[in-house]
Amino acid sequence: MIKVEGLTKSFGRQAVLRELTLEVATGTITIVIGRSGGGKSVFLKHLVGLMQPDAGRILVDGVDISRMRGRALDEIRRTYGVVFQGGALFDSMTCYDNVAFPLREKLRTPPEELAKRVEAALAQVGLEGVGAKYPAEISGGMRKRVAIARALVTEPEIVFFDEPTTGLDPVLVNTIHHLILNLHRRFRFTAVVVSHEIPEIFEIADTVAMLHEGRIVEAGSPSVIQSSTNPVVQRFIKGEPDNNVSEER
Amino acid sequence: MPEPPLAPALRPFEAVGGWTIGTVESLGRFGTFLAEAVGVLVTPPFKFRAFLDRINFIGYRSLLIIFLTGAFTGMVLGLQIYLTLVRFGSEAFLGPAVALSLIRELGPVLAALMVTGRAGSALTAELGIMRITEQIDALTVMALSPMRYLVAPSILAGLITFPLMTALFDVVGIFGGYLVGVKLFGLSAGTYFGEMQTFVDIGDIMVGFWKSLSFGVIVTWVCTYKGFNAGHGAEGVARATTQAVVTSSVLILVWDYFMGSILQ
Repeated sequence: MIKVEGLTKSFGRQAVLRELTLEVATGTITIVIGRSGGGKSVFLKHLVGLMQPDAGRILVDGVDISRMRGRALDEIRRTYGVVFQGGALFDSMTCYDNVAFPLREKLRTPPEELAKRVEAALAQVGLEGVGAKYPAEISGGMRKRVAIARALVTEPEIVFFDEPTTGLDPVLVNTIHHLILNLHRRFRFTAVVVSHEIPEIFEIADTVAMLHEGRIVEAGSPSVIQSSTNPVVQRFIKGEPDNNVSEER
Repeated sequence: MPEPPLAPALRPFEAVGGWTIGTVESLGRFGTFLAEAVGVLVTPPFKFRAFLDRINFIGYRSLLIIFLTGAFTGMVLGLQIYLTLVRFGSEAFLGPAVALSLIRELGPVLAALMVTGRAGSALTAELGIMRITEQIDALTVMALSPMRYLVAPSILAGLITFPLMTALFDVVGIFGGYLVGVKLFGLSAGTYFGEMQTFVDIGDIMVGFWKSLSFGVIVTWVCTYKGFNAGHGAEGVARATTQAVVTSSVLILVWDYFMGSILQ
């Protein structure tokens, strides 16, 4: 379980996270929604240890990682898979080498097993035969799928997705969401997805949490969120303009 | 929690204080960056493939520019020094004058400046793009050290390639001076090389060696640091690249003076 308690982060005078509290149950898909620039990616960077909070705690299976550094944090990260917004594929490597990289460097997988696992990972995301191509030679949707294959090839316990469908057409958005759902059913990892794809995310989420002005203002099952009486949640779901919009961060 | 805004009268003091703290912090980060790189260099696992790639990137791909600038620097030196020495009837000393200028001073400095322009800028841009496209973050969250994969191999490659490229620059430059002095002005080849043998000793070569070694560290340190900490977007990478080239070039000249003073 991931338990976030009172997470607070400011950049200078700008408060991005304000005592954010959230629980992510093991083996579930939790989707954090919210407006662009609302602090979702900053929140995710705290969860994966790329940023340290000003206050608050992040407990991963009871261990507080919010102040961790070095080897102790790396031990926690070994259980992580992360899909970055732009894919973050290494552009000097082929897709095959990108997927093989964590196996080769992190797990020291023997070559014969490595080839099998990489090919299986690429097949799971429907990308057989693209291993020899470089990230620059494939489409945005394919890059996202290679990034998902790379994140899942080490069979992590927790997978973080940072806006995995940004910039994709509606068909690909649906494809990626169902890919996440199918892979989740197969591997039973805990997933934290940052997204603003409404209403598609309601089909795959176990829990939806609405992040607004640095706080989780509502969290619950998709039906709870859809029937929420909170005006902020309702405006976001319906895509209505906010008359009292805070400044874009 | 965000800090409350200050009274307008106190804002200039806040700005000066902020600048001072920022400068001290960035100097601290700059120093710890090198310490961290050295730390991963001396602890296994050693990334041999990444190191070979950096040797190719910094050294091998700079050979043409080193060859060209070395040759023309030697030719210019040969021309100017010959025309000066001939006034005193001392043109026999052309060989040692060209060799000493190149080996002690111009070889290490010009080779370092050329490599900064070609490989240093590319190193910063490459790391900067990796930073803004989250490739460095991807390595970090895989529990793999970006310092080990991206920075330490570059610094080690700088330590090895800079002295070698300086040696090449010196040799090519000496032959450039030979072309002008011997082939153009008719000085005897025996005089050119013979006097060089008399006046250039191992101490002069070591001055150039130590300089090139330190320039190798300075250039790769500055360029990887700037790329690693590049700001957002294309503008951030462009600014980091400019800063890397300017800072490296200035540091090369400043450090050259101090090295020259110490290693007289």
